[in-house]
Amino acid sequence: MIFKRKEVAELGIDAAENAILNQEVVGLSQRQIVLARFFRHRAAMISIVLLVVLVLIVFSAVDFSLGPITLHGWWKYSIIDTPDLITKGCPGFSIGCPTLTLNPFSSHFGLGEHPFGQDDVGHDYFALVMRGAQRSMLVTLIIGFLAGTIGTIIGSIAGFYRGRIDNVLMRFVDFLITIPSIIIGSVIGYHFGNLGASFLAFYLGLFAWTGLSRLVRGEFLTLRERDFVDAARVAGASNRRIIFKHILPNAVGVIIVSVTLLMSGAILLETALSYLGFGVVAPDVSLGLLISKYQDAFTTRPWLFWYPGFFIVSIALSINFIGDGLRDAFDPRQRRRISKRDRARASEIKREREAI
Amino acid sequence: MRRLGTLVVILFGSSFLLYNLTAISGDPTENLRFSTDPKAAYQLHSLIRQLQLDVPPPLRYFLWLKGIVAGLVGKLDMGLTRDGHAVTTRLIQAIPTTFRLVTIAALIALVLGIILGIITALRQYSRFDYVVTFFSFLMFSLPIFWVAVLLKQFLAIRFNDFLANAKIPPLWILVFATVTAVFWAGVIGGERKRFYRVLGTAFASSAVALESLNLLNWYSNPRLGIFVTSIASVGIAFGTTAVSVGLEMKSALKASLAMAGVTTILYYPLQTLFNHDTNFKVLSGLVILTVLTAIGFSRYFAKIDRRVVTRTTIISGLFMGFLVFIDRMMQTWGPYNQMEGVNGRPIPTIGEGNPQLTSHDFWITTLDRGVHLFLPTIALTLISFAGYIRFSRGTLLEVLNQDYIRTARAKGLSERTVIVRHALRNTMIPLTTIIVVDLAGIIGGAIITERVFGWHGMGTLFNEAINTLDLNLLMGVFFCTASLSVLANLVADLLYSALDPRIRVGGGK
Repeated sequence: MIFKRKEVAELGIDAAENAILNQEVVGLSQRQIVLARFFRHRAAMISIVLLVVLVLIVFSAVDFSLGPITLHGWWKYSIIDTPDLITKGCPGFSIGCPTLTLNPFSSHFGLGEHPFGQDDVGHDYFALVMRGAQRSMLVTLIIGFLAGTIGTIIGSIAGFYRGRIDNVLMRFVDFLITIPSIIIGSVIGYHFGNLGASFLAFYLGLFAWTGLSRLVRGEFLTLRERDFVDAARVAGASNRRIIFKHILPNAVGVIIVSVTLLMSGAILLETALSYLGFGVVAPDVSLGLLISKYQDAFTTRPWLFWYPGFFIVSIALSINFIGDGLRDAFDPRQRRRISKRDRARASEIKREREAI
Repeated sequence: MRRLGTLVVILFGSSFLLYNLTAISGDPTENLRFSTDPKAAYQLHSLIRQLQLDVPPPLRYFLWLKGIVAGLVGKLDMGLTRDGHAVTTRLIQAIPTTFRLVTIAALIALVLGIILGIITALRQYSRFDYVVTFFSFLMFSLPIFWVAVLLKQFLAIRFNDFLANAKIPPLWILVFATVTAVFWAGVIGGERKRFYRVLGTAFASSAVALESLNLLNWYSNPRLGIFVTSIASVGIAFGTTAVSVGLEMKSALKASLAMAGVTTILYYPLQTLFNHDTNFKVLSGLVILTVLTAIGFSRYFAKIDRRVVTRTTIISGLFMGFLVFIDRMMQTWGPYNQMEGVNGRPIPTIGEGNPQLTSHDFWITTLDRGVHLFLPTIALTLISFAGYIRFSRGTLLEVLNQDYIRTARAKGLSERTVIVRHALRNTMIPLTTIIVVDLAGIIGGAIITERVFGWHGMGTLFNEAINTLDLNLLMGVFFCTASLSVLANLVADLLYSALDPRIRVGGGK
């Protein structure tokens, strides 16, 4: 076969590039490789920073209580305070407008009295949104943890033992999967919504694991046929040891990725249920509830609508990007995009080799 | 057969579960029991009799099941709602509404999602790819009710305001033209020089187009006319042929061009027909006629590869028919705007049809339905097509890495053939199965959409059922969605085995 001169040169560079990329992973453990790949994923890194900042702000701003412990917030208003409605400086005839000013050259720069404005009766909207975001994050975390655990356990058992156990478990999963999540969520929410967000999340988590368990089962089915499992068995390892030491660490990528996706789905499910009135109910606050309450106020007081939505979107978006970064990091076939710098280095190496 | 048996068992199990879960989650007689109304005792009694509430839930489930099983011999009975209507009649009223909402959104999401997914996969790691990826993640993270309110505000209310004085201001022309130009330049790609050339051309042409439409007063009185229709038809003929078989195949091109000719010749006669009296029968007749004509032309022009040519010609013929349909719809737009109850604000934010509409003209009513579908469809499409983009992108990338693609390229096949014949077909296999399963799931999204836009479909029934603890109604809704999803899974399996010869369903071990 005849190549043009340019193509020959590129082939050589390709080989050199491969060498560079391989050099990067020599002598590193699997975990180090994954972490390094993940840290290079720019969108995921930005999302992690954003999410951490959001979590810090949200959980420290207003009171957060978990059982007997209560963390007091630094924000001057709580969700039950009703200060006077501010009308000064509001556009048109609207009342309780936001005072947040992000322009650093303005004399009002900073949070102001009510950064996100006030609702109908004067509640500070910043406090309400913070509480709502606390609820949403808590729900997401609980659902993710619970569904992740149950899904992993059921999936591993079904995939490892196969046969009758697998059959029974997977038919059970089929039962649950035929019921759309919004229907089961509404039925649960209608009954348990008034018990508080964590109970709601607990019951939703009991039903949210089905998709994950199917994935884990599939992963176990392929992994258990691999040579290293046979080797471990020949060496006399018990089932427990094989599952925990040999198969699970190899399946952890799939699990982590789908749990993150499950969590971003969970936050949308919670807001949707609250919007329909089957999720978190008043006097408790949730982002979905705030949106559903003020959707008609959009033309007159749009901030009542923008801020909760902004928080939902940024939480869900950053979780999604983190999930994407993790997926890329765990994917062994994934090859990093070759940057211009790498290309330059590759051709440099090639020139050196030719010189020798 | 065995699979069908399993499916029935699954349906049985999940309905049993849901029935009892709902039954224990609340007492439907509660508000009557604590009511001070003197008639309450009587109402309570009759409600208990009517819904057979004296039977405990697990047993009552079998009474419900008996009605469902009776459906096998044609006497489907899903019990009564709380106010004494049969659940089946309520469902029959609601299903077409939801169906209309869901199918159109699903189709658009599918087509757009797959096209964008393919383009991003072919232009992997380009700026266009990054932008689309970012937007698809954004759409993943949007709650539909939030999007819906934004759409109502910005698309409906602002657009209606705009129509009052239908001229696009120069600033917006610049914005639109820039966006279009960047889009096309991103899609076509290539070297830097070519990029800028495409950018410039697209910018200039779209700016000129928008401004001339302004001058023609097109936005308040849109139409294509015979001239644009015939030019666009020729474009369709070339485009379809190029993508599907390549322009080298003269017979396909000739047949498609002949279709374009027929479209042009028949334009005026068709207008007379449309103005005279139209209904769905006439339209479906025309569709069949189009297909027959296409078959005729391809028989005449093609001596070899008849199947491929016929397919191409039929596709371009249908596109042209759709064009004529759109043109006629546009002509209805002006009169529709003037009608009572519309008053120049054609995009509604709520409802599934205009109750004040008095006309029974086919075009007016269809357009009315169309504009009412507009916002909900966009909302549903926006949130569901992101998934298709990601999925088709991922699958196509995986396929493009396969050895047979390298072989096809090494054989010297054209890039079009490699992508359309070898890569796309194999991408479609996993896509079909995902799509079929997804279609059933979209109904869940429709529950919220219906609520936001005030439609009365399955979602409304479902809301009502939960709020009034109407068990029979809830089970009716569930029965529809669950059987749909079970059926969809079955169809997906069968399709999979039909498309992929390596997989056999129930063919022994």
